[in-house]
Amino acid sequence: MIFRIFEKKELKNLFEILAAHNKVVGPVEIGKDKQCNPIYAFTEVSDFNSIKLDYTTTKLPAKRYFLPFHEDLSTFRIKDNNWQKTIDYNADRPLIFFGLHPCDINALNKLDKVLLHSVFPMPYYVAKRKNMFIIGIDCVPQPFCFCRSMGSDTALHGFDMFITNLGTRYFVEILTDTAYNFLKNIKTEEPKEKDHILYMKSAAERNKKFTAKVDTTDLAKILDMEFQSDVWKQWGDKCLACGTCANVCPTCYCYGVEETVDINLKSARKTKMLHSCNLIDFAEVAGGHNFRPERHSRLKYRYYHKHRGFVEAFEESLCVGCGRCGESCLAGIKVPEVIASVRGGKKR
Amino acid sequence: MKAKESESKTYLGIPLYRPKVAFFEFSSCEGCQLQIINNENTLLDFLSLVEVVNFREAMTEKSDDYEIAFVEGSITRNDEAERLKKIRKNAKILVALGSCACFGGVNQLKNRFNNIEWVKKQVYGKHPIDTAPVRALEEVVNVDLRIYGCPIKKEEVEKIVLHVVLGKSIDIPKYPVCMECKANENICLFDLGEPCLGPITRAGCDSWCPNNNAGCWGCRGPAEDANVGYMKKIMKEKGFSEKTILERLDCFGGFAQFPELKKKGKH
Repeated sequence: MIFRIFEKKELKNLFEILAAHNKVVGPVEIGKDKQCNPIYAFTEVSDFNSIKLDYTTTKLPAKRYFLPFHEDLSTFRIKDNNWQKTIDYNADRPLIFFGLHPCDINALNKLDKVLLHSVFPMPYYVAKRKNMFIIGIDCVPQPFCFCRSMGSDTALHGFDMFITNLGTRYFVEILTDTAYNFLKNIKTEEPKEKDHILYMKSAAERNKKFTAKVDTTDLAKILDMEFQSDVWKQWGDKCLACGTCANVCPTCYCYGVEETVDINLKSARKTKMLHSCNLIDFAEVAGGHNFRPERHSRLKYRYYHKHRGFVEAFEESLCVGCGRCGESCLAGIKVPEVIASVRGGKKR
Repeated sequence: MKAKESESKTYLGIPLYRPKVAFFEFSSCEGCQLQIINNENTLLDFLSLVEVVNFREAMTEKSDDYEIAFVEGSITRNDEAERLKKIRKNAKILVALGSCACFGGVNQLKNRFNNIEWVKKQVYGKHPIDTAPVRALEEVVNVDLRIYGCPIKKEEVEKIVLHVVLGKSIDIPKYPVCMECKANENICLFDLGEPCLGPITRAGCDSWCPNNNAGCWGCRGPAEDANVGYMKKIMKEKGFSEKTILERLDCFGGFAQFPELKKKGKH
């Protein structure tokens, strides 16, 4: 691993170099909520000054850039009784992520396990993932962040370079030669011993700020034991089955596919749409039977996929602890509370 | 009667049956029908799929020889009920078009009052008028298909009609508007302090109102498995008054079957 350090103003120069030929996505402020707190979102940026590197979190993850809500998997041109199929992975150019927090980088690493490194990779994801340049940035833990419990508070790989704010300068960790070459264009220095101390001090300060926790000890086993627990029913009574938790989740990748014919009958398309296991349509099969007609069983299976099934398959959870689902849930269903209630739940 | 082969379209070389369709309206603003003719970009393609034989808002000719009847509006008089029964007899498929036809729509607001005579006096004064409590189409005749919305979403109607013609299944979302609203990357209206029925209202409108910073009023009726009871509690906790919540839930009649709405006014 290579470390460098550079003056803050140099970051703008780096942005200009990257943005000159590439599409850059970064956190920007898109409005204020009713308490006048800023609301952030990842959007395409062309002006360095619009990027808010001190953002708390975004409502939606950057997921739509590699797993769009709707994506045409193939399109068809129909002429007489013939048709021609076109497949487009919808990755026309590299994408630069300017300022992803460790949780969101870890989310990509988790998605990689399923969509990139599996026996059947998903080419639509791979094409986008392989064409990314990621600049990670350290964050200030928020009251709803439980990434530390999920082991996602730091990112070890899955990015090109990672910057840490050391006051007047950025400490940068370089992971790829692409990043190394880009950084040659700005003024950087070899960090000295005192910079290492500053870095460690800043990391220790950040660690003190984590407040939300999830006890993951033996969680996969406990979930197995508590499958019939009444607490699921209690959370199900609150759940609106609106799918928001999955939509704001950086790792939810379940989807449905729809085939539609355009009204002119000259073209057709096969479209993928991100779905949510909390929706009543999700477990409905051909013929109309629904395997999980009840809200509580759908909610439960979402937790089982994240904290049990994925753990069994990959020895890690599919949750990064970003806390977005709990923050967006109108019913106030939050992962730390749900897990705590299962651990301490009454048995039937 | 079979549609003329020469006029019908083909799909993958196979000629498509071109059904005869008719449009009718009862108590309504006729805005749903207007939505259909509004869609100029695809209107010709749409019209080539079906043969319109009756459409008062769009053409002079009239015929009772039709297979699919699209019926807009609610039933507020006895003569309307009789006319609807005749349409039902003529049509193989009867489609309820829009919120008024599906649930009574805005018109059914008067049903909240116990005394219809009091309502009549408030609205029309001494002017004599024949009006009964509002009924949705399905309270009078069998309805085969419901197209929700106030107004209907023209893209959805086109898709439904296309699927009828192609013999594909018609899948109307069972999930709520939030799903589409999130895909459209809107800021949640509750974050902005606005009330919204998106979490319990059936999707399919592409979150039309929230896209324009207006909270959902539930015009498409409840999503399947809508948690109306808890939604009411959430809205109350967020500081919205009972009046604000009921006004929304009551507005289009889609939520009328929920126990949370059984309370009637003092008149």
